Amino acid sequence: MAGKPNHKATETQRISNFSAPSVAPWLKRIFLWLPPLAFLTIAFFWPLARILTLTFNINTLSSENIQLAFRVLGFTFYQAALSTLLTLALGLPSAVLFARYEFHGKSFLRALTAVPFMLPTVVVAASFNSLLGQRGLLNNILHSSAFTVHPFVAILLAHIFYNTTILIRIVGTALSNLDPKLEQTARSLGADTFHVWWNVTLPLLRPAIFAACLLVFLFDFTSFGVILLLGGSRFATLEVEIYNQAARNLNLALAALLAIIQLVCTLIFSIFYTRLTARLVTPLTPRTAQNRRAKTLREKIFVTTFVLVLSVFFLLPLSSLPIRSLFRFEADRGQRGEVQYGFTTDYYKELFINRRDSVFYVPPIQATVNSLAYASATVIISLLLGFPAAFALARPTRLEKILDPLIMLPLGSSAVMLGLGFIISFGRWLTSPWLVPFAHTLIALPFVIRTLQPAITSIPQRLRQAASSLGASPREVWKSIDLPILRRATLAAATFAFTISLGEFGATLLLARPEYPTIPVAIERFLSQPGGLNYGQAMAMATILMMLTVISILIIEKFRLPNAGEF
Amino acid sequence: MKRITLILSTLILLLSACASQQTATPTGPQKLTVMTHDSFSVGDGVVQAFEQANNAKLVFLKSGDAGTTLNKAILAKNAPLADVLFGVDNTFLSRAIDADIFEIYDSPELENISDEFKLDPSNRALPVDFGDVCINYDKSYFVDKKLTVPQSLEDLTKPEYKDLLVVENPATSSTGLAFLLATVAHYGDRFTDYWRALKENGVVVVDGWETAYFTNFSASSGKGPQPLVVSYGTSPAAEMVFAEKPLDDAPTASILGPDTCFRQIEFVGILKGTAQRGLAEKFVDFMLSRQFQEDMPLQMFVYPVNQNAALPEAFTKYAQAPSQTATLTSEAIAANRDAWIQAWTEVVLK
Repeated sequence: MAGKPNHKATETQRISNFSAPSVAPWLKRIFLWLPPLAFLTIAFFWPLARILTLTFNINTLSSENIQLAFRVLGFTFYQAALSTLLTLALGLPSAVLFARYEFHGKSFLRALTAVPFMLPTVVVAASFNSLLGQRGLLNNILHSSAFTVHPFVAILLAHIFYNTTILIRIVGTALSNLDPKLEQTARSLGADTFHVWWNVTLPLLRPAIFAACLLVFLFDFTSFGVILLLGGSRFATLEVEIYNQAARNLNLALAALLAIIQLVCTLIFSIFYTRLTARLVTPLTPRTAQNRRAKTLREKIFVTTFVLVLSVFFLLPLSSLPIRSLFRFEADRGQRGEVQYGFTTDYYKELFINRRDSVFYVPPIQATVNSLAYASATVIISLLLGFPAAFALARPTRLEKILDPLIMLPLGSSAVMLGLGFIISFGRWLTSPWLVPFAHTLIALPFVIRTLQPAITSIPQRLRQAASSLGASPREVWKSIDLPILRRATLAAATFAFTISLGEFGATLLLARPEYPTIPVAIERFLSQPGGLNYGQAMAMATILMMLTVISILIIEKFRLPNAGEF
Repeated sequence: MKRITLILSTLILLLSACASQQTATPTGPQKLTVMTHDSFSVGDGVVQAFEQANNAKLVFLKSGDAGTTLNKAILAKNAPLADVLFGVDNTFLSRAIDADIFEIYDSPELENISDEFKLDPSNRALPVDFGDVCINYDKSYFVDKKLTVPQSLEDLTKPEYKDLLVVENPATSSTGLAFLLATVAHYGDRFTDYWRALKENGVVVVDGWETAYFTNFSASSGKGPQPLVVSYGTSPAAEMVFAEKPLDDAPTASILGPDTCFRQIEFVGILKGTAQRGLAEKFVDFMLSRQFQEDMPLQMFVYPVNQNAALPEAFTKYAQAPSQTATLTSEAIAANRDAWIQAWTEVVLK
């Protein structure tokens, strides 16, 4: 810090720190924004605008349709808000658990919490049911048939099950980067644990918490599969209603109206978020807090309780998949009630046989390879597009205040309508397998940006200025300061992109897929016809997908970016 | 950074390699694109037979469920995505005809097809297969409980069958819609009264066929609570073909009383604007020919429309076709589908 006094650090220098100092700042902004905006314009805004202008018709604005829209909007908002609050209640303590404490099986448990995020909803519903259903494992063991769950409760549970990982990853990353000295100082000044949390830690975590909550909220707001499968048909979100109108009634005008309402709502939530977080940013010297084992009794109770809660909530329903894929629950014909249990590897063996000589048969290894290839490509593409945008958003000018909410729009748009937009915009290109990772990136990008942005914001300018004043080139500043701080956030972002791609969120609605089917595509195919063998194979395939996710996440977390580690 | 550059350049290399591969075969077989729904399936050998006989390469474009596929075909009318569209059923047929997406084709194979399936007299949409949405029952449940199997729609409202039936929501499931249409065909405007009675008798509604069959139905692997499910007349045959261990007899059967089943017919058509009219005609002929029609039953569990096609053993033994199915015209379905579903929702779900 010796050479340059702090006040000389002008706005220009602050902005231009992460690239060569000779280029004008506005040019750098454009350079940063060009790749992500070009991508979003081509893959999102253009097709969506085309389909909406083509199908929207002013005559659909009848009072009947508007009533329908508001009734559906009311429920959509209500369940999303409630789900988000409940997810926050489980996710925040879990984030603390993973970010601060060391315990046996920690990496495994953390990887496990990310699994539901990518499992197809049909599989999750089936696994919940084979465990908790009326003839499920639990009632079989207890010899009862009493265990039933109200559909609305089931929706909320499923949303928590799916989205807790978002809080664990985003808030956990922020928490790991917090300087523990701040809390220590507060404590030495006489504050008790509660006040340290309330007055020091929580305010510093707010940007990350809001970012995570926005993502969770938007996911719940546009919830589709969960509502369809678990809602028992009594509930419809906007997304479900859009699908009904577009795919069942072929009423594209009404679907377009609902899609526009959903988009406007997403935009409003995102603008609200941008306003809310704008004043909250506090750059800090990041420091890696040492993870440690729980010491005091209170800490021990906290750790034990939440490890137990998470294990029961995640491990139990997920374990029913491998169990169902390896055990036969077969009633003897003619003697219903006596269910026979038996170990079998038939379902896995059957995966390798193309019994019907179908042209659409997928060997399981091929499906795995396809899934992994698409997921890896999605990680690369979404990081390449997400980094520049996150950097620009971390030091916002007026331009960023406008662009920031737009980034979230892909999460709030109806996959059905976007898919139809792709048809009229891209036509025959849609058959290209090269488009698949780009379709996955569309959903992954908001996650990547929202994960990276709070981390980049937290990099203190003082530190970078000090480094450059000591003669470090911008590249060296990036390598020795930015990168170590961003390591965790980058890994979290990569994990999101990877799991989103493995789970194929709605991408099947966007593209036509004649070649290279993935594991979720194979699962859907098995579940589309009757027969115990089909059901067992779907469970076996889902188990493979689950294992693949856990192993991939464990590997991603072990992955070290160059020069990271010591700080 | 170096790694990223490396990965990027590899990716670009791969991309360009693939692009050049695709453009490097100008004199290869002619490509024919067939747009269809996600449930479409066909044997590998059958596809190869067509490709070799016609020096063609078939590309199947799976475009979502039947409704979404038709939507996409209609939207892409001016720049068609494919040469042939298969999978428009009789509930969507009039939309496809009104949207004028098909070219007329009088296939010579039509003479082998019974007139009852030719719902489009202009021969834009040609029938390929049919199947019946029927109520399946769990055989052993009714034996164990010494219950007689219900034989008609009326029977289902009787107290002895309380809480035993699971159906799909017609708003979200084409199977559920077909069963709703069966009740409309049978009861006319009074179908809502019937559904009110079913509701009082504890009918269970789920979103789709997968859930109804694999989760709620007691004779499937899901071991659910209901022994009666709205499924297909061919489902018992599928249970035999996909049994975990070879079975002596199918665990399920269909109720075949009058109007309890609704017939679905699927159509194929040549899309307007195709540059491959000749090859497209050959493919349509092929789909209606014996080879394809005999492969089809075990691929998609539907019946062939070609009278000369022989049925597989699983079908002749275990699949059952009703003698009298409920029918409604495609025009009536198109005009009233929305209103019927809404009336149904009001009665059953509210």
